Amino acid sequence: MNDSSSTLDSADAPEVASNEPIISIDNLSFSYDLGSTNTLRDISLEIPAGKVTAFIGPSGCGKSTLLRCLNRMNDLVDTAKVTGGSISILGQDINAPDVEAIELRKHVGMVFQKYNPFPKSIYENVAYGLRVQGIKNKSVLDQAVEESLQKSALWDEVKDRLDSSALGLSGGQQQRLCIARAIAVKPQIVLMDEPCSALDPIATARIEELIAELQEDFTIVIVTHNMQQATRVSNRTAFFYLGELIEYDDTSKIFGNPTRKQTEDYVSGRFG
Amino acid sequence: MPEETPSTNPFQATSSKRKVKDRIGTVIFACFTYFVLACALFIFGKITYDGAPVLFTSEAPFINTKFFTESPQTLVEFTNGAGELIRMDQTDFTVFKEENPDVTINDEHTFSYSGGGIAGPLVGTALLVLVCMVVSLFIGVAAAIYLSEYAKKGKLVSAIRLAIMNLAGVPSIVYGLFGFAFFCLAPWFPVFTYEVNAETTIGAFKIPLTDGYLSFQGWGNSLLAGGLTLAVMALPVIIAACEESLKAVPGGFREASLALGATRWQCIRTAVLPYAAPGILTASVLGVTRVAGETAPIMFTAAVADKAKMPWQDAQGSGVFWFSDMLTQSVQALPYHIYTVSARLPAHEAINDMRYGSVFVFLILVVGFAMTSVVLRARYRNKLKW
Repeated sequence: MNDSSSTLDSADAPEVASNEPIISIDNLSFSYDLGSTNTLRDISLEIPAGKVTAFIGPSGCGKSTLLRCLNRMNDLVDTAKVTGGSISILGQDINAPDVEAIELRKHVGMVFQKYNPFPKSIYENVAYGLRVQGIKNKSVLDQAVEESLQKSALWDEVKDRLDSSALGLSGGQQQRLCIARAIAVKPQIVLMDEPCSALDPIATARIEELIAELQEDFTIVIVTHNMQQATRVSNRTAFFYLGELIEYDDTSKIFGNPTRKQTEDYVSGRFG
Repeated sequence: MPEETPSTNPFQATSSKRKVKDRIGTVIFACFTYFVLACALFIFGKITYDGAPVLFTSEAPFINTKFFTESPQTLVEFTNGAGELIRMDQTDFTVFKEENPDVTINDEHTFSYSGGGIAGPLVGTALLVLVCMVVSLFIGVAAAIYLSEYAKKGKLVSAIRLAIMNLAGVPSIVYGLFGFAFFCLAPWFPVFTYEVNAETTIGAFKIPLTDGYLSFQGWGNSLLAGGLTLAVMALPVIIAACEESLKAVPGGFREASLALGATRWQCIRTAVLPYAAPGILTASVLGVTRVAGETAPIMFTAAVADKAKMPWQDAQGSGVFWFSDMLTQSVQALPYHIYTVSARLPAHEAINDMRYGSVFVFLILVVGFAMTSVVLRARYRNKLKW
């Protein structure tokens, strides 16, 4: 029992002291077209461990792009390129030549805007990440699946039908399954790209509750269009506009007493 | 009091001139559409009308089994003493003459390949299609995966795509000549054989402990050369169909898989291919069915009009030699057989049964395959919704 749980813990990853940032972004510039135009410009921010950090801003401001830089999902775009600055996660520059995106993604999980479970069974969906890492031991998989589903508040709803198709679940359940799938590989950081934008208010509320619970075990970075959601779930908020970081502070400060006028205009609904 | 008020109707029908034009337009378009339908109906109708009686009999088992179990042979036509017109296969005729030495035989005519059945061509076509299917699926799926999943978008990939599209426009006779030069004659493809062809070979190596050689003498007119020529011809269709099936798999699956630390190949194998497979398979069957009907690619590379035995009966040796020899046998093939009996023999009523019978069987096979794959594809599309 102890043995199997320790295999799942990311024992190989360095521990981070709670006051140190888990992610530090330093003067990052990023381009989708090999540097002709920069989608992100000179972004610097530090994301604390064990907290929920929200990225807000109008469409096209670069918040999702920044999120996808954090697990190098932008590698999938042939012409994407970091044109300046760096991102360090757990103290390591993630764009260094000896960093492999595949290894990075084991530590930085991601939940997508549109829930996208595989057309497999519920069990196989959650076990997927462990299987691609070569874990075949049934009891390890069973335990990880149960643990992840419990953490994502889905266990009680699906424990009797783990072998039925994930596509039979409701939208909110499918998104929670995707969260379970992401946390099954025990990442330190979970990125969420507008996880509730395809869900109704009740399903959204459940995901938000879940985010609050997951905060104990994971550092969460969430991109959201919904400003109320940012105030409800996050400790820190970064406001982006046209590829630049305008303001980054405690959520209460951003929404209560922002320093910059642009931030105030946006959070008070005058534009965006 | 309001009068009769048609004038207040804002939608009142107006000049009928526009309506007449509209009507004429509709009729013209409909005519062209029905013309296509009429052509199709005529083809199917005529072939069924003349071909079905060859296949079906009025007595049990209601199917002309001889047509499917015997290979083509010479048909003999003559009139007997009573002036009756009689037709029989060459082998039957020989027996008939031996048994009735005194019978009067007048006006004896022979027609090559017009008697017997179509077992040889059926088997040959089946084997050609099998070789074609295996090779083209393998290469086609690999190429499609590379193009749609791995290759970076750029000039090279666009050029490759263009080349593949152009390949689809190459006339089938050109494929035939290509196959003849590349697979049959060129002295670079190895065969396991007991007899080295000294004229073409560039090298033959004696295999220890056997009487055979591994000889680089080309494949000659053979099942393998024909199947591969058909495969090359089917590739453009199969690559396009595979790419389409791969693209139809939602990008979310790939992202989810990669975000969980899967490698590119793990992602393709576990999160893309399983959901593209039904589409790939049905589309490939459709593509292969199309080329299976071609005569030109096989007429120089594989097909012969007359062959007494099946490829496996003619093959020499055992084990790998037998297999190699079987694959390098020439075969009869249904499209080539139809070409032979229709175009290379003079028009004569005696041949009509063989002509229409063969075409009817061929049509049923091709239409059957095409329909099955279309139905399967539709079923899978409905089943896999995400």
